[in-house]
Amino acid sequence: MSAILTVDDSASIRAAIKIALSSEGYNVTEAANGAEGLDKASAGGFDLIVTDLNMPVMDGLTMIRQLRARPAGAGVPIIFLTTESDADVKAEAKAAGATGWLTKPFEPDQLVRVVKKVLAK
Amino acid sequence: MSGLDPIETFRQEAQELLEQVEQGLLDLAHRPGDRDLIDAVFRGLHTLKGSGAMFGFDALAAFTHHCETAFDRVRKGEVPATPRLVACVLSAQDHMRALAEGRPVEPGAGEALLADLHAAVEGGDAPVGAAEPAAPDARKWKIRFSLPADALVNGARPLPLLDELRDLGDCHVRVVTDDVPMLEDLVPTECHLAWEVLLTTPHGRDAIDDVFIFVIDEMTLEVEELTASRDLDNPMAEAAGSPSAVKAEKSTETAAAQDTRAAKSGETVRVPAERLDEMMDRVGELVIAQSRLKQLASSSLDTALRAVAEEIERLAAEMRDTMMVVRMVPVIQLFGRFRRLIHDLQNDTGKKIDLHIEGETTELDKTVIERLADPLVHLVRNAADHGLETPEQRLAAGKPEAGVIRLSAVQSGAEVLITITDDGRGVDRDRVRAKAEENGLITPGQVLTDNELLNLIFAPGFSTAATITNLSGRGVGMDVVKKTIEGLRGSLDITSNPGQGSVVSLRIPLTLAIIDGLLIRVGASRFVIPLANVEECVELSPAQDLRSTGRSLITLRDELVPFIRLREQFKTGSAPDPHQKIVVVSTGQDRVGLVVDQILGDHQTVIKPLSGFHADIGAFSGATILGDGGVALILDIPTLVHLGQRHDAQMRVAG
Repeated sequence: MSAILTVDDSASIRAAIKIALSSEGYNVTEAANGAEGLDKASAGGFDLIVTDLNMPVMDGLTMIRQLRARPAGAGVPIIFLTTESDADVKAEAKAAGATGWLTKPFEPDQLVRVVKKVLAK
Repeated sequence: MSGLDPIETFRQEAQELLEQVEQGLLDLAHRPGDRDLIDAVFRGLHTLKGSGAMFGFDALAAFTHHCETAFDRVRKGEVPATPRLVACVLSAQDHMRALAEGRPVEPGAGEALLADLHAAVEGGDAPVGAAEPAAPDARKWKIRFSLPADALVNGARPLPLLDELRDLGDCHVRVVTDDVPMLEDLVPTECHLAWEVLLTTPHGRDAIDDVFIFVIDEMTLEVEELTASRDLDNPMAEAAGSPSAVKAEKSTETAAAQDTRAAKSGETVRVPAERLDEMMDRVGELVIAQSRLKQLASSSLDTALRAVAEEIERLAAEMRDTMMVVRMVPVIQLFGRFRRLIHDLQNDTGKKIDLHIEGETTELDKTVIERLADPLVHLVRNAADHGLETPEQRLAAGKPEAGVIRLSAVQSGAEVLITITDDGRGVDRDRVRAKAEENGLITPGQVLTDNELLNLIFAPGFSTAATITNLSGRGVGMDVVKKTIEGLRGSLDITSNPGQGSVVSLRIPLTLAIIDGLLIRVGASRFVIPLANVEECVELSPAQDLRSTGRSLITLRDELVPFIRLREQFKTGSAPDPHQKIVVVSTGQDRVGLVVDQILGDHQTVIKPLSGFHADIGAFSGATILGDGGVALILDIPTLVHLGQRHDAQMRVAG
C-alpha cells in the first residue's frame, strides 16, 4: 500500500489527514515542519507528500524546491494545502515543483479524491 | 450418422460454443489484455448468434447479440475487459445456456443481465432491474494533450490522467511519439509524449478540464467536441416486451415436446475428432503392414501363412471401409441448414432470394464438414447481405426480382470443390480499395492486381458493412473464413463481375483419407495416381511415340487428348521403357494422358501430407508408404491436367 508523508505544523490537521488517509488503507507518516519533512522525504520510500506552505523552520515552498533537487524527490507527487485561492501562490508553488493543491478547509473525501488523482495506480 | 435432428445438432454445437466462451472468459480473468482470448470469446458469441438465428432460437440470438456487441467494443479496444464485465458475460452465459437448452427462464432475468452488462461496459452504476435505463446523451470529444517537460519531475503522471479520462466514459487512447528525440538527445526525466484521446462521455467540458486541473496552466490541451452521434444501440431497446421475449416462451414449449427426442440422443456418441484421426492413422498403418505381409506371404510356400495373410487383408480392407464410413458424411448435413438461413435472411433484408443446392450427396470427411459450417454461414450471409440487391435495384438493372444464391459441391479427385455463387451486384472494387486504405491494409494508390484487390476482403479486420446489422460480419467473418479453410489445407478464391455477381470457390482436399490408387513407375521412382481420376490405360507403341515427338496429342477413339511425358516432367534422366503406357486421367471435364514407364497395379494408399517445405509443390498432393517400406508420391491430378491443357494450348498457338 502507498506510503504518504504529511508535513504540517498543525497537529490537528496532521491528525485529520492521517485519519482520512489511513481509513483508505494508506500508510501515513507525519512531519511537523519543512525541515523534518525534507529529512524524512530525502530517505525516499514515499509515494506522495501532502504539505502545508506556511510552516516554521522551513516553509513548504523551500522544502519542495530542495526536495525536487534531490534524486529521492524527483517525480514524487507533492500536494500543497493552501487557504489562498489566488493564482499567485499556486503559480509559485507549481514553479517550485508542486504537483497539485488542495484548498483549506477541506472535507476528508476531497483529500482522498485528490490523493487518488495524483497517485499512480 | 445422417438423419440427426438439426435442432439437436445446434444444441450440441451451442454447448460446445458456450464451453469455449466460458473457458475464454475464465482465462481472460487472469489475462485481461490477451487479444487472442478476446477474439476467441467474441467469435464464439458471434457464431452462437448466427447459428441461433438460423434454427429459430430468436431469443437466444437477440440476447447473444448484446453480449457480442459488448465484446466487440472490448475487441476494438474501446472498453477494457474488466473483471466486472467478464463476470457479467459469464452470468449472461448461463442464461444463454438455458435458452439454448430450452429450459424455462425467469421473466425479466435476461433484461436484468443485459442492464448489468451495459453498466459494466459503460463503467456506470447498474440500473437494477430497470426496464429502460436512461442512456444519457453521449458527447464525443477529441482531446489532444502533452505535458510540460518538467511535469514528471514535479510528480504529474500521465497514466492516472488517462485513467481519469477513462472513468468519464468510453475512451480510446493513442499515444503520439512525434516529439521523441534521438536517444543521445533524450532527457530521461522529461516527458516527450503526447496523447490523443477520443472520449465518449455524458459529462461536459468541465469534467475534462477537471482531470487536468493541476497541470492545465502549463500543458498544451486541445479539446474539441465532435458532432454528437449515438452509434451505440440501446441494449434494452428490443429486449422487453418484444416479440423475441414471446418467442422465448414458445421455444420452451417446443422444447418440452422434444424431451422425448432428447432422451434418444444417448444413442449417438460424439467422439473428439482427434480420436478419429488417431484411429484413422492406426488403420493406415495397419493397411501398410498388411501389404507388407501380403508381399512376404506371396513369396512363401507356407499355405497357413498365406491363409492368414488373406484373412488379414480382408479384415484390413473392411476395417478401412468402416472407418471411411464413420468419417464421411454427405454435405447435405451442411447445406440443409441454409434453407432456413436464407428464409430468415429474406425476412431480415427484404430481398428475394432463391437458393439452389447442387451436389448434396458429395461426401466429405466429418471433421471437415464441421469445420466448414461457420465459414459457409459467413459466405452465404455475405452473398445475401453484400452481393444481392434489393428487388427494386434488380428490376432497375433488368434482372429478375429474386436473386439467386447457388451452393454446389463437386468431388474432383482428392478434392471437393465448393462454390457459393450469387447473381448480385458483384464486388464494388472502389469501395474495397477505399476501405482497405482506411483500415491501413494498403497504402493509398498502391497498385494491385484485380485478384489481389478482391482478396483484400479476406484480410483480417476488413469489413465493408457500414452498419452493424444482425446479418453481416463486423470484419470477423471473412478473415476467419480464410483461416479456417487454410487450416483444412484448402484454398479459397473469389471472382466477381460488376453487375453480374460473385463466385467464391473453396477447394477442400480430402485430407487424411485412404484412397485407392494406381501405382505406376516413372524411371526408378514410383508414384500413385488416385484411381478415381483414372479413365483408361493404353499402350504407347514405339512407333506412336516417335510419331508424336514434338507433339503432345494422341488420338483416342477419334478424340484428341493432350498428354504429358512424366519422364520429361520429372527429369528422371533415364531412357524410356520399350513399352510405355498412357494413363488417361480426368478431372470431370478435362482429360490428359500421362506417359509412364510401367503400371505396377492398384494400391491402397494412406495419404500422408507433405511437410511444410514441400506443401507448395503443385504436382503432388501427398505421399504414401508402400508395402516394401518405400515411399511413393501421390500425383495431384488437377495440377497436371491444367498443365497438360496449357501445354496443349501453347502447342496449338505455335501450330
